[in-house]
Amino acid sequence: MRTRLQTWSLLLGATAVLALPAASWAQLTQADFEPRLGMESHVGNLTGHAKDAKADYRRYCVGCHGELGDGNGENAPYMQPPIYQQPRDFQLAVFKCRSTPTGTLPADQDLFDAITRGFDRTNMPQWNTLSKQERADLVAWVKHYSPRWATEKPGTPITIPPEPEVTADRIKAGRDVFARVQCWKCHGVLGQANGPSASTLTDDLGRPIAPFNFTEGARPKCGDTDKDIFRIFMTGLDGTPMPSYADNIKPDEAWDLVFYLRTLMRQDSKEKVLAKGLNLKPVDPNAPAGQQ
Amino acid sequence: MSKRYFSALLFTVVLVCAAALILGQHVSAAGEGKITGTVKLDGAAPHMKGIDMSKDPYCSKAHANDTPHLETVVTGASGGLENVVLYISDWSGPATVSTAVPVFDQKNCMYTPHVLAMDVGQTFKVTTSDQTTHNIHPLPNPMTGNIPWNQSQPPGAAPVEKSWKAPEVIPVKCNIHPWMNGWYVVVKGPYATTDANGNYTISNVPPGSYTVTAWQETYGTQTAKVTVAAGGAGTADFTFKAK
Repeated sequence: MRTRLQTWSLLLGATAVLALPAASWAQLTQADFEPRLGMESHVGNLTGHAKDAKADYRRYCVGCHGELGDGNGENAPYMQPPIYQQPRDFQLAVFKCRSTPTGTLPADQDLFDAITRGFDRTNMPQWNTLSKQERADLVAWVKHYSPRWATEKPGTPITIPPEPEVTADRIKAGRDVFARVQCWKCHGVLGQANGPSASTLTDDLGRPIAPFNFTEGARPKCGDTDKDIFRIFMTGLDGTPMPSYADNIKPDEAWDLVFYLRTLMRQDSKEKVLAKGLNLKPVDPNAPAGQQ
Repeated sequence: MSKRYFSALLFTVVLVCAAALILGQHVSAAGEGKITGTVKLDGAAPHMKGIDMSKDPYCSKAHANDTPHLETVVTGASGGLENVVLYISDWSGPATVSTAVPVFDQKNCMYTPHVLAMDVGQTFKVTTSDQTTHNIHPLPNPMTGNIPWNQSQPPGAAPVEKSWKAPEVIPVKCNIHPWMNGWYVVVKGPYATTDANGNYTISNVPPGSYTVTAWQETYGTQTAKVTVAAGGAGTADFTFKAK
């Protein structure tokens, strides 16, 4: 079975030959992680301890995420794209669902929420059956697989202003944001995941990946509250083609976009009711930038 | 001694120190040499496939009068190889020696330059000249200490400024335009990139003996030993065999 690390070397083909210093990666063993068993997590007023999560990890997580936390558990070969996704490789410490900017470590709370929420349309279930203390311990365990947690601090969570009242004007403004930053390039003008770039998308490890389809009634992987959706496009989903828009969408506009995205979703919402009266046309993909 | 004399004395001492500092820098700069050379391709350059940009009308319109091509091997006059990065692989000085801010522009749905060399810790800038949304997505190996990030740049977006922590050759891509592929070559110490005719000059090299490495994205690396005399120029030419 090919390890994730070997996949990396293959993927970066040319890179591997370059013999630049520090580009050496050897297969890690459990002994590499043991010195970090003192890792802690802080979720609300709970403190999680990696060493206390050992039994839970072996019982509930190891089958998919593997002894070495590299996402190569014994079930992993059955969880491959395009139908499923490979379990997360904790050694890389690159996570999709963050409250923190792109390229930074997630907050402990983000990992806790991911374990609690699970990932829709994947094999990762909700682990809200475990106690909060157990989940906090597992967060610390996840962190002990990467040295990044010892040398770096998690990013500063992005600021999310209080959610304003949904209005017809805000939905229309959200459509303008959708047009301006060109969400439709991947997600399609109607949110059907059929934009011109959708078919060629790959994740950071070169595996095919599909953009989110708003119209199927699926829940976004990183949560389906308005705040979650705000966070998804403002922080980006690291490891995937979904970039961060934090530099290009103002926080107030971001709420407008959240409301517009709700109108594309299959689920009933007050945004959908409001949009019915607006008779909004989908964005024109052929219109020059700034002329929607 | 009165207070006034004391402050005058102090002022003089500060002046002398400052002068010594400035002159000292000049002295060391005068002693620095350079490494120059040419990188060539031996054999016929492989055919570079044309790129079909019809997925994005903006991109295809930008190339209405020319056909964009892949840039994995670009040759100029008498087989000179462009976009080869030269650096001192046994450099033992400070990692960050360049204070320039290299720019990586997204223009007509291509990267300009195709290969951007920089030091560890050196700030570089990603700009967009295009009226279409790009996402700038470098793919380092997180195990090296370089962390992948992914930022959007819609039309008119402000530049993104970043730097890298570790030496690594990092592929860069735009997921929206899958033909867009470039490289960040992050090294320690002085470096240069070959021009359209394969010529390069690594400046600010202190006297000494060095191993110069040439990196080309398709052909890999080659090394050569070079000695630089104080204020002099060492020469290292490279030839990659066309495959």
